[in-house]
Amino acid sequence: MAEQVVKFKVFRYKQNGSAPQYQTYSVTVDEDTTVLVALQMIRYSQDPTLAIRHSCHHAACGTCGMRVNGQEVLSCVTKVLDLGTSTVVVEPLQNIPLISDLVVDMQHFMNRYNQAGMPYMRRSEFNPGATVPDGIDFYHRVENCIECGICVSACPVAGSDPQYLGPAAMAAGWRVVEEPRGEDASDVLAWVNQDHGCWRCHVAYECSEACPSDVDPGGSIMNLRKRLIFGGGD
Amino acid sequence: MAQQISSTKEDTPSRPLTAWFDVRKRRVGSWAFALNRLTGLGLVLYLFLHLAVLSLLVQGEEAWDQFVALAKNPLFLFLDVVLIFGLLFHALNGIRVALVGMGIGIKSQRSMFWILAAIGAILLVISAFLVFTK
Repeated sequence: MAEQVVKFKVFRYKQNGSAPQYQTYSVTVDEDTTVLVALQMIRYSQDPTLAIRHSCHHAACGTCGMRVNGQEVLSCVTKVLDLGTSTVVVEPLQNIPLISDLVVDMQHFMNRYNQAGMPYMRRSEFNPGATVPDGIDFYHRVENCIECGICVSACPVAGSDPQYLGPAAMAAGWRVVEEPRGEDASDVLAWVNQDHGCWRCHVAYECSEACPSDVDPGGSIMNLRKRLIFGGGD
Repeated sequence: MAQQISSTKEDTPSRPLTAWFDVRKRRVGSWAFALNRLTGLGLVLYLFLHLAVLSLLVQGEEAWDQFVALAKNPLFLFLDVVLIFGLLFHALNGIRVALVGMGIGIKSQRSMFWILAAIGAILLVISAFLVFTK
């Protein structure tokens, strides 16, 4: 595999009173090197003070969400050479409080997300004609959202309204309304029916474009509005 | 489940409102969002300008005639076309935002934008032709 040297201009910030800055590193990569692996290579061989979050390395956990060349991505599945730039700019997610370097405080995100009370298992829509074994009514699957925070970072409103519930929390709320699974959908509708809830969204739809897991938060927010206005919604 | 929003230690916005207009690397929905705000501000500014211009009528025929002469200047006509663009974009995208915002056409919001943009482009070309030739 052909290797080449790529520069990484990485956002650096420590809670020691210093101003944020960018630091540039050179990393030798090949066609399969992802941004996350490159960051790990920086940590291991150049700068162990670089703080990053990661876990599964296959786009299932949402931990490695960050901005790469200005766009929110999961760095574990973003190949460096596919970006097509000789310098890759790496920055933390926006609109979520920053702890250090590329690490944001996901408790801020979870404070809102968990309020939806969405169960993690949903009815599976794949292969509806499948024969299910005795004792099972239908197949389940895990919900799409991997709680990466990418949609919140991409949202233009989330940064300007600190109390905005945000696309992820409301997408979770819509899933409760759409498929209650024992939860009280009227509670969720009352929760989003406020100035900082579904009415704060202004249809930029950047959340849905950026989502790596097919959640469509924008569509979910509009469905919540439709349910509140007309009592319908799909 | 909790009804109240959890307050966080940061109660101030993390980004200024000007961040709304940083559309680098953003998709068409964000461009439409930013442009809707810009055209909205522009139309409000135009409203006041328009009222100021109309007040020239109170100053008499000469003052009004001077303005009309200025309004025939090609640069002024170009600004008229810019105004029409602002009106068309704000109105047509506003229709999209209003419909989608009520849950109508959710799945086709992107194509709705492009269809309305095409309609707006046609109307703009016709308007520009009329502005410069009539």
